[in-house]
Amino acid sequence: MPAPVIAATNLVKKYKDFAAVDGISFEVAPGESFGLLGPNGAGKSTTMRMVGAVSTRTSGDLSVLDLDPNQFGPEIRSQLGVVPQSDNLDSELRVRDNLIVYGRYFGLPLSHVKARADELLAFAQLEDKAKSKVDDLSGGMKRRLTIARALINDPRILLLDEPTTGLDPQARHILWDRLFRLKEQGTTLVLTTHYMDEAEQLCDRLVVVDKGTIMAEGSPAALIREYSSREVLEVRFGSEKNAEVAGMLDGIGERVDVLPDRILVYSDNGEAELVRMTERGLHPITSLVRRSSLEDVFLRLTGRSLIE
Amino acid sequence: MISTDSRLVASVSRLRPMRSLYAGNATSVMQRGWLATRSSNWMVILSGFFEPIFYLLSLGIGLGSLVGTVTTSTGQAIPYVAFIAPALLATAAMNGAVYDSTWNVFFKMHFAKLYQGMLSTSLGPLDVALGEILLALLRGALYAVGFMIVMQALGLNLSWWSILALPAVLLIAFGFASFGMGITSYMKTFQQMDWINFVMLPMFLLSATFYPITVYPEWIRWFIQAMPLWHGVELVRGLTTGAISIAMLWHVLYYLVMIVLGLVLTTRRLRALFLD
Repeated sequence: MPAPVIAATNLVKKYKDFAAVDGISFEVAPGESFGLLGPNGAGKSTTMRMVGAVSTRTSGDLSVLDLDPNQFGPEIRSQLGVVPQSDNLDSELRVRDNLIVYGRYFGLPLSHVKARADELLAFAQLEDKAKSKVDDLSGGMKRRLTIARALINDPRILLLDEPTTGLDPQARHILWDRLFRLKEQGTTLVLTTHYMDEAEQLCDRLVVVDKGTIMAEGSPAALIREYSSREVLEVRFGSEKNAEVAGMLDGIGERVDVLPDRILVYSDNGEAELVRMTERGLHPITSLVRRSSLEDVFLRLTGRSLIE
Repeated sequence: MISTDSRLVASVSRLRPMRSLYAGNATSVMQRGWLATRSSNWMVILSGFFEPIFYLLSLGIGLGSLVGTVTTSTGQAIPYVAFIAPALLATAAMNGAVYDSTWNVFFKMHFAKLYQGMLSTSLGPLDVALGEILLALLRGALYAVGFMIVMQALGLNLSWWSILALPAVLLIAFGFASFGMGITSYMKTFQQMDWINFVMLPMFLLSATFYPITVYPEWIRWFIQAMPLWHGVELVRGLTTGAISIAMLWHVLYYLVMIVLGLVLTTRRLRALFLD
């Protein structure tokens, strides 16, 4: 394996007594697409800020592109592209000027930045918006512009904090497509998300983070294999009866989880479990058999849902 | 050999904190400000230009016709309008610099998240501070040049020393801008921002702007003389009326200290806020 571009060992970030990140260790290989999956407040963004060299760690070791972010902030930041959780585009500047001015912050020559800005407008499918005001763009366009802006310095690593939160499904798919292209071109991607479909689409490997620590690590498929079954049967008996019915499911499925609104039955064959259930005289109001997802992995690991 | 090595290490470690604060690229921050001003803020700039001229016309020429002449702190008797004109010039520089370094900075810090974006590039906090402050300075200079042209046309520049009022005004603007940005970094709400006006207005009215400081009893005089605007007013008035003295260097020193303290404060605050 080539030398990692990011290596964190027992990374800790404390704010007064509260440990936002509490001993995280991971490595990211060049060209890899690495994800941090977890609920809000798990410590994902704080980890990203430390990797992005805008936050100093309390303890532990961190190396980004072979440099220590506590000492070499500007050197590291010059080789990173950062897409923050909430857009911080410059609303006083037009779309194309946003890219050009941002490139100038890196000290890049104007002619180079101008040419690169036009390439990136094409990449972000915003060519016809070059002269628009930022505030006139849709949410999806703003995100694409933010990603284009993060690429202005040809970064070696692209950090994306919740890249598609708040976007409608169509805008998310356009964005995923763009990110997938970057991945194909060999850009190292590090992203945080609390959407399992996003993690499954984009990440080669991910860590599941909760309360500042890593719960599990692996590829999406491997995590599902390890912590969940092939299929999940979701049944609803009505919110009053779910708990009562759950007591009568002994021997059905590999494992059963009772949520307030539904019961999840883990099994390699969901249909067969449903048949066995009805044979016992249990008739759910609704039933659904689906493939296992990272949501199930998270539930298994923490006993809680990702989105609460 | 050992001493050479340790000296080298010491000098490198002394350089390091500076390198993480300053990338030598404040011009990119100024260029950004210029581009943004060009597209949106022209009206504000124009209003700031006319404000001191209205004061000059109403108070200087209107009230001045009743007052007649005033004796300056150096004992020179000059027309009232020539007495207040340099004070208005110093105030205009202060206002231009303060507007840019307080309200504008407040907005960028809390709403536009501009500095968060800037500081995730290779820029350091000192680049951002210097760039924003120099831009505020430029605006102060613009007001000053316009006002000095009006003064010249009205015959209020009584001496050739007046030409030095321009760099003096830049010094004043620099002092206020660097301090203003540092102070603003502590402000969290619009209500707190009003405190700035609460300080600025009395300072403008009371800093020997419209009458000599000798009208005050001793203890108020000490207080006024501790305020920055009084030093600016005295410095510029000395230059435009040609009453030059060595004591003016104290005013210059006052502002140099203010600039350095303001820059240090602003840089530290930006680092604390955005690179925690």
